[in-house]
Amino acid sequence: MKRRDFVGLTGLATGALFIPSIPGFGSGIEVDPLRLLDAAVDPAVKKKLADAALNAAKAAGATYTDVRIGRYLNQGVFTREKQVQNILSTESYGAGIRVIANGTWGFASTNQVTEAGLAKAAQLAVQIAKANSKVQKAQVQLAPQKGFGEVSWKAPIQQNAFEVPIKDKVDILLAANAKAMENGASFVNSVLFQVNEQKYFASTDGSYIDQDIHRIWPTFGVTAIDRASGKFRSRQSLSSPMGMGYEYLTPKAADKVAGPAGSNVIGYKNSYDILEDAAAAAKQVKEKLTAKSVVPGKYDLVLDPHHLGLTIHESVGHPTELDRVLGYEANYAGTSFATLEWKAKNIPYGSKQVNIVADKLQPNSLGAVGYDDEGVKTKEWDLIKEGKLIDYQKIRDQAAMVGQKESDGCCYSQSWQDVQFQRMPNVSLRPGTAKLSVDEMVSKVDKGIYIAGNGSFSIDQQRYNFQFGGQVFYAIDKGKITGMLEDVAYQANTQEFWNSCAGSCDQSDYRLAGFFNDGKGQPAQSSAVSHGSATTRFNGVNVINTARKIG
Amino acid sequence: MAILSQDESQAILKKVLSFSTSDECEATLSGSNGGNVRSARNAISTSGAADDVSLAVEARFGKRSGVATCNEFDDATLRRCVQRAEEIAKLAPESPEYMPLLGAQTYIAAPKSFAASTAGITPDFRATQIGKTMKICDEKKVTSAAFLNDEAGFVAKRNNKGLEAYQQYTNLSFSITVRTPDGTGSGYATGDYNDAAGFDAGTLTQVAADKAAMSRNAKAIEPGKYTVILEPAALVANTDASLLAALMNALDARNADEGRSFLSKKGGGNRKGEKLFDERVTIYSDPTNAEIASLTFAGDGRPQKKMTWIEKGVVKNLYTSRFWAQKAGIPDIPRPGGWIMEGGTQSVQDMIKGTAKGILVTRLWYIRPVDPQTLLYTGLTRDGTFYIENGKIKHPVKNFRFNESPIIMLNNLEAIGKPVRVNGNLVPPLKIRDFTFTSLSDAV
Repeated sequence: MKRRDFVGLTGLATGALFIPSIPGFGSGIEVDPLRLLDAAVDPAVKKKLADAALNAAKAAGATYTDVRIGRYLNQGVFTREKQVQNILSTESYGAGIRVIANGTWGFASTNQVTEAGLAKAAQLAVQIAKANSKVQKAQVQLAPQKGFGEVSWKAPIQQNAFEVPIKDKVDILLAANAKAMENGASFVNSVLFQVNEQKYFASTDGSYIDQDIHRIWPTFGVTAIDRASGKFRSRQSLSSPMGMGYEYLTPKAADKVAGPAGSNVIGYKNSYDILEDAAAAAKQVKEKLTAKSVVPGKYDLVLDPHHLGLTIHESVGHPTELDRVLGYEANYAGTSFATLEWKAKNIPYGSKQVNIVADKLQPNSLGAVGYDDEGVKTKEWDLIKEGKLIDYQKIRDQAAMVGQKESDGCCYSQSWQDVQFQRMPNVSLRPGTAKLSVDEMVSKVDKGIYIAGNGSFSIDQQRYNFQFGGQVFYAIDKGKITGMLEDVAYQANTQEFWNSCAGSCDQSDYRLAGFFNDGKGQPAQSSAVSHGSATTRFNGVNVINTARKIG
Repeated sequence: MAILSQDESQAILKKVLSFSTSDECEATLSGSNGGNVRSARNAISTSGAADDVSLAVEARFGKRSGVATCNEFDDATLRRCVQRAEEIAKLAPESPEYMPLLGAQTYIAAPKSFAASTAGITPDFRATQIGKTMKICDEKKVTSAAFLNDEAGFVAKRNNKGLEAYQQYTNLSFSITVRTPDGTGSGYATGDYNDAAGFDAGTLTQVAADKAAMSRNAKAIEPGKYTVILEPAALVANTDASLLAALMNALDARNADEGRSFLSKKGGGNRKGEKLFDERVTIYSDPTNAEIASLTFAGDGRPQKKMTWIEKGVVKNLYTSRFWAQKAGIPDIPRPGGWIMEGGTQSVQDMIKGTAKGILVTRLWYIRPVDPQTLLYTGLTRDGTFYIENGKIKHPVKNFRFNESPIIMLNNLEAIGKPVRVNGNLVPPLKIRDFTFTSLSDAV
């Protein structure tokens, strides 16, 4: 690899006029992109460093300690039209140490990754725990966890995105921009995000876990403007962020899934054709300028997986987080309607068609890891089975609160600087078991709307009332797509919505949607998570018209 | 090492510039330290400490530029950092949006952005304050979840064109949600300060606990258009997007000129100078305001000064990058740090007294854009929503979803109250007619 290949365009970063604010992305310091190719620190060295922290914490009075030594690499390539706006390469390296002392959690982090630096941070963590214990009543109860010794896990990527010359990344984004402009866009912004988390975990349970995690997200936004009327509309990329390497950007015909006839929507599975999607986006965004404004009322909705992923995320993923259920997020992200008392009543969460699984192992997903950030081996388990809530998502200090003996492996921190806490695993709707294509599903809808892509989204703090938009909306009339709609948003109550689920297409239509920046916690942290589903039908959902007039 | 003095900072920056061989070179040194504590279920759940200093060096050769950073400050590391920035700059293509570095600037002197009381906060102080909230809530038999965060920091800049800047800042923010044990009541309070001397967790806890008690067993009333009193925390949030912040975020000249903003004019151009809001709406920024003192320079070194954005309902100024200002031939104005909406003297209680029928809203939540053309946003009320009749709170009501645009909202203004600090801004409570609630939520 030649140095010029890597840094040839990076100077644009500084001449550029903005660095987009992406929560949880690029929180490290800006570096020469060649730094992103430096080998990870040898696990033997990290073990020695971790032991220094474990020993220092114990000597200071901790009864439990875990250490996370993390190297977080990020790169973002930002373009608009024919121009590179920014290329941002960041690296963040340091250690976070969490302790229990006097029965109370304490945490401190340091970028001084030396034995002395980690020992000092461990002592500070114990000092904080002891200060807090003076006002604490109950002691932390950790579910027992066996130590795994020295183990490792690596995301099964084919091509490390950081090894790809920046010029190639710029070329593909500018080519996508050109496709959009050729097809009628007024403006186009495109971005390629790449992430590598090199994480080392050690604890007093006897685990020394080395992990290498990769994520990628090519995305764009296209805008069309009608200067005469002053009207403008946009359409975002239909890509999903994935737990993959650069191979995601080599499109394969087998990974393309057509939407219903007449919709001009193409969905993508494990590879993404950004050029094709950019061209389609430009055509669709022009069509949006003249689309019919929706007549509000009840419609049967046919939701594509890229759209439905966000609905699953908000209305199932978050309410089944046990920390919310118990009140730990009450001041910020909220609590949950799905309380322990509610679950005990055995009320249907959804129709019998609704089977939702939590999975930290799913290939190519954003949430896939071998072990979580408190040393628990990951797994797959059912959350909702035939419409009934079966289980929640838990971490070690919550298991006893619901009478269980082990964690589900859902603990995560966005960086070495932040304390780990409960985050969502991949949460997915199982596809239908009977053969059913999208066209067959649409053919049975009398009055409906097909929605693709995720747009505006909002849900209350206990996850009852939500309103979702989308990227493109197509009217369904007597089994056929009849044209594009605009000003569409649907409102529902989570339980009513999932109880209106009339079934999903089969496995051949199943795809992962994903989110790079799911926010939660104080201080707020982001995590990345995927949601799989096939195209799914929901009957009789309330659709509103969002058009307004301003002076 | 986190808080370096002006002399210490500029000494490092001078040394950095002395290592430079580039046409233009600018160095920015910044650092902060602080900590946080979070509680839930009347117990501490997490807490931590943070301490960081870093240097960014930008080197330029003609229209080519490069940036490198480091967080060690010995001579060898500083020299390497400059060399790396220069190496990257030499390899870079010319930037089509290049603007030369700024020369010496005059900044407003002595804003009160730093307070020693905040910089001196210890883990024991945080534990004591959060312990106070837990004790009050235990006594009242309610459950709290709260978050206290404090930070002290500095920013220093210098370049070889003569620019020199330095400022220290501090900030403390606290928020608390109190819930009743039956799960039918919830209340919220928040406060933020440059000077921790003005902070007392107990006072804010009392407010949230009282609201929680008052909001028990809320009644459902039909969604529709209502007169609302939006408390300051409902207009600007420190945890979420918000309606007034959305409006201020939209005052970007480039987006307006390019045709993708509510401020874009049919046929081209922007709507600066037009009266788009009620004539009582005046919003300005002032980094020297004692209550919300902020940095007197922007990230690129431009001076921040008192600037009027909306005056008597008329859009007076839009912020913009230096590149776009030059290209479009418009004033070169940086985005402000914090802003102030002028108000009156009425408290929320005074406004309630003057309301025949209406809804009092404590907080809005999960606010997301629906349509950038009209700046339409959706979201929900939360943690204390009450029905007002004949000047009194009559009963709590179930939460609503709203679909509303701040543009429409600020044309339906009934009254403006006394501004208070929220998330580094001064925001008055507003009484708005015909605020659009589109559905009910069962959430408490």
